[in-house]
Amino acid sequence: MPELTYQYEGKRSGTYLEAIREALHEEMRRDPTVFILGEDVGLHGGAFGVTKGLFEEFGPQRVRNTPICENTIVGASLGAAMTGMRPVAEIMFADFSALAFDQIVNQVAKVRYMFGGQCKAPLVLRMPQGGLSWKSAGAQHSQSVEAWYVHTPGLIVALPSTPYDAKGLLKAAIRDDNPVVFLEHKAMYSLKGPVPDEEYLVPLGQADVKRVGRDATVVAAGYMLHFALEAADRLAQDGIEIEVVDPRTLKPLDEETIFASVRKTNRAVVVQEACRTAGVGAEWGMLIYENCFDWLDAPVVRVTGQDVPIPYASSLEGLVWPRTEGIVQAVREVLYLKE
Amino acid sequence: MDLSLETVRQMYRTMLTIRRFEEAAGNLYKKGLVKGGIHASIGQEAVAVGVCTALRPDDWITSTHRGHGHHIAKGADPKRLMAEILGKDTGYCRGRGGSMHVAAFDVGSLGASAIVAAGVPMGVGAALSAKMQGADRVVVSFFGDGAMGHGTLHESLNLAAVWDLPVIFLLENNQFAVSTRIDQSIALKDRQVLAKAYGMPGACVDGQDVLAVYAATHEAVELARSGGGPCFIECQTYRYEGHYFGEPQVYRTREEVEEVRRSRDPIARFGTLLETEYGVDREELNALEAEASQVVEEALAFAQQSPEPLPETYEEYVYA
Repeated sequence: MPELTYQYEGKRSGTYLEAIREALHEEMRRDPTVFILGEDVGLHGGAFGVTKGLFEEFGPQRVRNTPICENTIVGASLGAAMTGMRPVAEIMFADFSALAFDQIVNQVAKVRYMFGGQCKAPLVLRMPQGGLSWKSAGAQHSQSVEAWYVHTPGLIVALPSTPYDAKGLLKAAIRDDNPVVFLEHKAMYSLKGPVPDEEYLVPLGQADVKRVGRDATVVAAGYMLHFALEAADRLAQDGIEIEVVDPRTLKPLDEETIFASVRKTNRAVVVQEACRTAGVGAEWGMLIYENCFDWLDAPVVRVTGQDVPIPYASSLEGLVWPRTEGIVQAVREVLYLKE
Repeated sequence: MDLSLETVRQMYRTMLTIRRFEEAAGNLYKKGLVKGGIHASIGQEAVAVGVCTALRPDDWITSTHRGHGHHIAKGADPKRLMAEILGKDTGYCRGRGGSMHVAAFDVGSLGASAIVAAGVPMGVGAALSAKMQGADRVVVSFFGDGAMGHGTLHESLNLAAVWDLPVIFLLENNQFAVSTRIDQSIALKDRQVLAKAYGMPGACVDGQDVLAVYAATHEAVELARSGGGPCFIECQTYRYEGHYFGEPQVYRTREEVEEVRRSRDPIARFGTLLETEYGVDREELNALEAEASQVVEEALAFAQQSPEPLPETYEEYVYA
């Protein structure tokens, strides 16, 4: 697992998981309409321990264990959101959100538009996703699902890559009047990074340049950001300076930050952990073609997972995910340095 | 029955308003003036009116694709409802929803979902809001017999029972899920088994008898409002039209429909009851019918004269 190399100014270091918990804690203290529901989120603290301690402070009314019924967890969250509450639902694994696909895609995403603005749906659906260092969970517990939801108008989709971003984005998501699919990477829960003591928000829809460079732009979100940063370190040893753009929010996408970087570096690599076809990388690449074609000195290259269900065996599992080396090779390719 | 003369007159008028409204919508459809499909509840008016008469204005409902009656009975403005069906900017959803996706938050309708059973968990969530906010509101979630096979209905019954929420599950059994008769789609011959299974009170009433529907709902509402938790009510009713206007209805005979119209029509039955039990004479009933027709005429005129949404507004309410 790559180390978290990106540093914010700050005194305090916390994990990605703790940052998410802090965001929940602070927002629940601030706003009595915020509550949590999900499978085992109570005393147990959730499958990954994210909500640990919140039940003790806020009690069973505001930290609500649910039966295993994802569609109804989301449907009930929506009903509560339309009637004055701000639910934060935890879907134990993002893969299980497929069980709630109707509510997320046909209801949550639609109500505000379909009902002509009569209601809003201020809810957050937290979903741990992804694999890599979070190993051997197989085909139904390891997927990266962002493309399912980015493709649906009416959903804000966030995929934070650092403790700082996770906390600030989740606080912004809870305060937003529209539904947010908040994707957390399981492998990053233990990643440490600085988190300020003072209150802050990270606005939804704002990308962040995580490393400034000149030779090529690499767009990567979530856990992939750290592989991109590791690739940047390696490439720097050969005198290649890449710029790493972290979209942070996948929808709405901060296109201008990506375009500004590509227009500066004239080369682009897009990276996603998810399987290849019709992923966010394809969208980013196409946007770059549509908006930066005259600036490009090389075709955009995609680094992605493979189009296969995630296998269990270690000898196979490792083959389906992109790694630092793949990003290094892709950058060399757009620089026409590939052997 | 504690209903005043004025209330029962109002109920009769509302049932007729629903029928005339849907007949008028059907006529527009046949003339090609409605772009989408219309799912009429003609024959089922006693369910909508009996249930909603037992509710307060600040109580919430969730509705279905067959929801015009629910909305009118809950107090929605027929003008804005008809305008929505015609895709007009003055409609409840400013023409963004249409017949199947109408909502009227101003009168407590959290909306129709055109996905079978999908409104039910939303009703459970609204009931959770009511409970967490310390309000004594209740929620009625309408669903049809087609929803009975749906997982999310059973999930919702379970969750509402586990959390003891003020929600009434209202099964509007019109005998058909599109073309499939209930004996082919619901294993439970007695749906009350479901209420028992989830540990909540249940009732099965003649859905063509508006006072029976009212009485059962009233009891459930009183219970839910006083913290007694959820309830499951089945109303046995019948739809006269096809699944949608123009649907060929190969699954039943014309005679079957005519027999129900003749012997179990909820409006005719209620009219007779008003004459015999409440001393409302035929002339007065005719006057109520004329009022209902007038309301629908005005709705039609309003809807037809209203403008369509401006093309440049198509991205309103879009945030992602």
